[in-house]
Amino acid sequence: MPNSVLWAVDLFGKVYTLSTAGQYWELCRDSPLEFKRVSATTQSCWGIACDNQVYVYVCASDVPIRRREEAYENQRWNPVGGFCEKFLPSDRRQWSDVSGLQHRPLDGVALPSRHWEWESDWYVDENFGGEPTEKGGWTYAIDFPATYTRDKKWNSCVRRRRWIRYRRYKSRDAWAKIPSKEDPKQLPDPFNDLSVGGWEITDEPVGRLSVWAVSLQGKVWYREDVSHPNPEGSSWSLVDTPGEAVQISCGPHDLLRVTLWEGQALVREGINRNNPKGSSWSIVEPPTSENGIVHVSVGVGVVWAITKDRKVWFRRGVNSHNPCGTSWIEMVGDMMMVNVGLNDQVWGIGCEDRAVYFRQGITQSELSGKTWKAIVASRESDRSHSGSSSSLLSAGCFFGDEVRGSGESCAPSDTDASLEADRPGPDQPVPAESVDGPRNPRDSLASGTGRITERAVEVAGPATQTPGPEPRPGPASTPAELPWTNIDLKEPKRAPSHSAAGFPETTSLSSLGLLPLGLEEPYGADDHPLWAWVSGGGCAVEAHAVLKWFTVQSGLSPSVQTLSLSIMPAQTAAWRKQIFQQLTERTKRELEHFRHYEQAVEQSVWVKTGALQWWCDWKPHKWVDVRVALEQFTGLDGARDSILFIYYVVHEEKKYIHVFLNEVTVLVPVLSETKHSFALYTSERTRQRWPVHLAAATEQDMNDWLALLNLSCCESRRVHGRPSPQAIWSITCKGDIFVSEPSPDLEASEHMLPCDQMFWRQMGGHLRVVEANGRGVVWGIGYDHTAWVYTGGYGGGCFQGLASSTSNIYTQSDVKCVYIYENQRWNPVTGYSSRGLPTDRYMWSDASGLHECTKAGTKPPSLQWTWVSDWAVDFSVPGGTDQEGWQYASDFPASYHGYKTMKDFVRRRCWARKCKLVTSGPWLEVAPITLGDVSIIPESPSTDRSGHSIALWAVSDKGDVLCRLGVSELNPAGSSWLHVGTDQPFTSVSIGACHQVWAVARDGSAFYRGSVSPTQPAGDCWYHIPSPPKQRLKQVSVGQTSVYALDENGNLWYRQGVTPSYPQGSSWEHVSNNVCRVSVGPLDQVWIIANKVPGSHSLSRGTVCHRVGVQPRQPKGQGWDYGIGGGWDHITVRANATRALRSRSQETATGWSGEPGLPSTPSRAAGAPHEARGPVCC
Amino acid sequence: MDVVPKKPNPPYGPKDVQLEDLEGQRKNFSFPVAFDIEHSGGSVGNGLEEGQIGGPKPGHYPIGLLFDLLASSSALPWNITVHFKSFPEKDLLHCPSKDAIEAHFMSCVKEADALKHKSQVINEMQKKDHKQLWMGLQNDRFDQFWAINRKLMEYPAEENGFRFIPFRIYQTTTERPFIQKLFRPVAADGQLHTLGDLLKEVCPSAVAPEDGEKKNQVMIHGIEPMLETPLQWLSEHLSYPDNFLHISIIPQPTD
Repeated sequence: MPNSVLWAVDLFGKVYTLSTAGQYWELCRDSPLEFKRVSATTQSCWGIACDNQVYVYVCASDVPIRRREEAYENQRWNPVGGFCEKFLPSDRRQWSDVSGLQHRPLDGVALPSRHWEWESDWYVDENFGGEPTEKGGWTYAIDFPATYTRDKKWNSCVRRRRWIRYRRYKSRDAWAKIPSKEDPKQLPDPFNDLSVGGWEITDEPVGRLSVWAVSLQGKVWYREDVSHPNPEGSSWSLVDTPGEAVQISCGPHDLLRVTLWEGQALVREGINRNNPKGSSWSIVEPPTSENGIVHVSVGVGVVWAITKDRKVWFRRGVNSHNPCGTSWIEMVGDMMMVNVGLNDQVWGIGCEDRAVYFRQGITQSELSGKTWKAIVASRESDRSHSGSSSSLLSAGCFFGDEVRGSGESCAPSDTDASLEADRPGPDQPVPAESVDGPRNPRDSLASGTGRITERAVEVAGPATQTPGPEPRPGPASTPAELPWTNIDLKEPKRAPSHSAAGFPETTSLSSLGLLPLGLEEPYGADDHPLWAWVSGGGCAVEAHAVLKWFTVQSGLSPSVQTLSLSIMPAQTAAWRKQIFQQLTERTKRELEHFRHYEQAVEQSVWVKTGALQWWCDWKPHKWVDVRVALEQFTGLDGARDSILFIYYVVHEEKKYIHVFLNEVTVLVPVLSETKHSFALYTSERTRQRWPVHLAAATEQDMNDWLALLNLSCCESRRVHGRPSPQAIWSITCKGDIFVSEPSPDLEASEHMLPCDQMFWRQMGGHLRVVEANGRGVVWGIGYDHTAWVYTGGYGGGCFQGLASSTSNIYTQSDVKCVYIYENQRWNPVTGYSSRGLPTDRYMWSDASGLHECTKAGTKPPSLQWTWVSDWAVDFSVPGGTDQEGWQYASDFPASYHGYKTMKDFVRRRCWARKCKLVTSGPWLEVAPITLGDVSIIPESPSTDRSGHSIALWAVSDKGDVLCRLGVSELNPAGSSWLHVGTDQPFTSVSIGACHQVWAVARDGSAFYRGSVSPTQPAGDCWYHIPSPPKQRLKQVSVGQTSVYALDENGNLWYRQGVTPSYPQGSSWEHVSNNVCRVSVGPLDQVWIIANKVPGSHSLSRGTVCHRVGVQPRQPKGQGWDYGIGGGWDHITVRANATRALRSRSQETATGWSGEPGLPSTPSRAAGAPHEARGPVCC
Repeated sequence: MDVVPKKPNPPYGPKDVQLEDLEGQRKNFSFPVAFDIEHSGGSVGNGLEEGQIGGPKPGHYPIGLLFDLLASSSALPWNITVHFKSFPEKDLLHCPSKDAIEAHFMSCVKEADALKHKSQVINEMQKKDHKQLWMGLQNDRFDQFWAINRKLMEYPAEENGFRFIPFRIYQTTTERPFIQKLFRPVAADGQLHTLGDLLKEVCPSAVAPEDGEKKNQVMIHGIEPMLETPLQWLSEHLSYPDNFLHISIIPQPTD
């Protein structure tokens, strides 16, 4: 889970953020003024400052917000001057927009506000539909407006070219003032409240937000055109309301509520994708007539409200279809305000103590939560003496009335106190104390019921203070010497000499309370967390997530691990080291010397039996109940070997098949909607495309078997622990991750190891893309485009216990969409209806139309997945849709378009529903930028490994090309992204061993990045390389020197003529078809995922194939060797650079050829495989 | 019968031993014991008597604990005399059969889970899981055992640890069989309790005064963890197969 932040404003108008991973409120820098209210999203925060103006704070990111401005230069041909600026009277101007209707001179294009800056000067766009024009960017036509072509023809009378220039939003991590609505005719009407939401209504444009505001006069305003590329929006527009509004709240989806002056709530209806402003209002009465609603906050499916008597109410039965809800429920607690954040989590500010409370226990099934829990995190400015907080805790504060006004207790820990007692600096601020009567923090602690809010103690002297996060408010104006008190200070070194209040020497705790109230003033803002406003719109708290906001953690706890990846073990506490040391010594003492003792219990065979189902792949072709037994033999040397027996009955005859686990090459979970099954392959069965299919009754049962069988396979092959840096990684279409240790023979020129003999073992986690390099850096991308980095652990997922490393395993989640189609046919009577012809497809179907998929009947892809959203129309389908998402065609199946014509008799629309999977694995998220593709530089062992960082390029899911800085073995996640500007979105990128960067743009053409080197990691410019004729490329992979690309029709192309002096190459050469993914490694080895691979039993789609015969003089190779298949989606061989071994194997080819026992070579000693009694062969 | 040195398959060791540096040793958490079988008849494993110190010792204690408690300073292999007659019924729990030992083991696990999770975890398990726990222990199959026991070692993410730590403190110097009290892993202020905190609370005599001489050793699994070790961690990683943390307090060897 990436960290996200909670925003809050304290009583003094200072804006703070609290990270979900943090324990401290951090002051928001760059706040020119005090704020009244804030409303946050994950990317930005809107606020109303004390000048009643609206400001937006756009969080910094490695990817800039850039927008393209374009203008067209037009010319007409005339016989005298050729193409020139002499136009016909009806023509457009020389400089125009794309339509030609608007005059648009280059110097007339201005920046929209002072928060933007130009990225470069105007330049001509040479790219025309994926092809370079090479003629100054001119495109030709017969006349304006017409279809433009790249080539000049005899009848080309006009031409035009596009000039482009980028502007960049520069006020990031800063509050940018939004110009107020300017209507000179009216009195100024400053803003009073503001709410941001609506990001789930639609994704077009990216990051679209609904920003609503209420003015002091009670009017409701909507900010137009706010989106990620246009963070400021364009203008305010008035939305009429039936009454005077005082407060507004906009949920992430289509809920919007306004509090009226009279105490009712207004509900906005008709908010949808096409009309995010909604259409009408309806009124909800307050819970009780005498106490009107004063504050309301909405989420995706919840409404919380506060009435005049500060009671908290929860509205039951609210959803998109019934935005009004059904009834109010009173909740415990008295709150100033509440705010609903992401995942419908709720925060509030207590009435009495002005503390921020978090509603605990809110889940999708229990939206009202369980209890309020006070957030006791201290503020960053207090952090210089974090030791002081170690003995503090809010002991389950509820609305106790023992403490009023949020006093802060002073309780440094003993160690800190003794350390720091000696150095109270002369100019230190005094810990301000609120006077609540004498209180003893110790007593409160001891009793465990005392109500202590987090308190700050200013103790550190100037010399010892950590770099001050915040300038102290004018120490000069404070008394020069102020007494510094500490509960453990037995003999205060410094008496309060001339403090104005002249309070007595403090040697006891109780005197803390005697500090004069007046002293609070200068420091109040620093020391008192009294909150005025909180916004959780950017704060994603997962149900059951562990937050550190409520307790102050001790430094000893091993659970205090921030989720940061490092190769060094995180747990380095002394006690831990000592335990390991002692255990090692004890083992030596008690075991080493007695190795020669024979075992007291001779144990040779261990059998695990169970009942499974087995897919009988001949008559009757169904699942049959079988008994299975796994027999494990432990040899005297401790080595284990196992056989799996499957006993079945056919025609009342008892038979069995058996599998030697040392011959198993892979165990693949095959989870479906209903069955928990897995497939077991040996190399023989891989060749036949015919695995053993087994299913278990429950998920747990399957996981147990899978884990046990995997462990046995790994044991028999002695594969254990972390995969080597050279490992080959692959991913199935279910997102399961497999890894194989490459044998040196794999890339040998002679006696190459057939790739069906590779042993694959599963890694926990769920990914769509994985890329590795030879230095152990592995990155993955999930289905939801989240970037993940490999932590060096192993196991996770269903591999628990021994098969899993104890550290470096983290929770991983992934989200994907399930799509179904609603189909309709037109008939003269009713128009389009769900009554089709008898020959038609199902009216609710999958994309092919062959299978019926109804909204109610469609299940998540497997039992691991759960729905996390409702069905919604998907508007982003290729071909476009109309306003309601329909696509039209003359008949099924045909090509669909997004508008209706006379000839269209059928239509369909796509419905999508999100589902989520939560698993675990050795992966850590690389937040916050989501990726579409990633590539890490392949490195051969000869490469100088020292020094510079590892080059890693990626394409964000929005198409930005990025270059990761600071990636190394020790820090595989790297430090930050460097944005590489492009003129269009990209889809794929690959970096070769010599820093050749190739990329594929969304228009299907390729680009080569010039001058990329370790010292210039981002290179200098793009060279446009046309795609193969009539093909749109989708992926590129670059090895040592070879460049391969893949087009959308599954053709694999080799780039001919690539030389060091001309790295762009000359032409594309066709290599193969039916390819869906290619990976070229540092030895220029070529591996692909291919479809329609033959086997003796069936064709297999998604098969790992290895190009054979690849030689320096023949880089294209000769043919394919087929490996594991049937649903593989992705492979990377870019880490495998065992060149040294290859040359050795070439020298001693005969020596290597017959040698068994390599890790991934199954031992053939076990004799002929499996099919006992032969039914399998029948 | 002569002394037959054999390596029994004693209880499993700490889960921790899984860490890479101790990889090879995790399934061999055993130490040499020399059995002195006095009489060949009756069932083995009921009444173990430790020779040198005298007095029968409860044979139903985990053998590692017995070793820590009684013989940690003695030379290896450990000599044990096994009696097959005149069972001291009033001192020892008599387990007439393997089933009884299993029942005793399971009751310990259940008791531990009652402390840790109000018995919620153990009650949610199926009968076959219970069986696997026992079979794994009996057959020295740590992987089988741990596949189930792992669940007993988990706790809700929103908590900082178990409800109470199942522990027993044994002393050679007192008559009491052992000390067992309710003790939470986390203090009211959120601090993790350490081994030292536990001893101070329930067995203050075991802890040496600040500047005083160390008189006792606090042994778990044959090692002396630092008193700063968080108790929750110990419970998760150094519990015996019965899910209890068996802590031995033995006098500091004088030499």
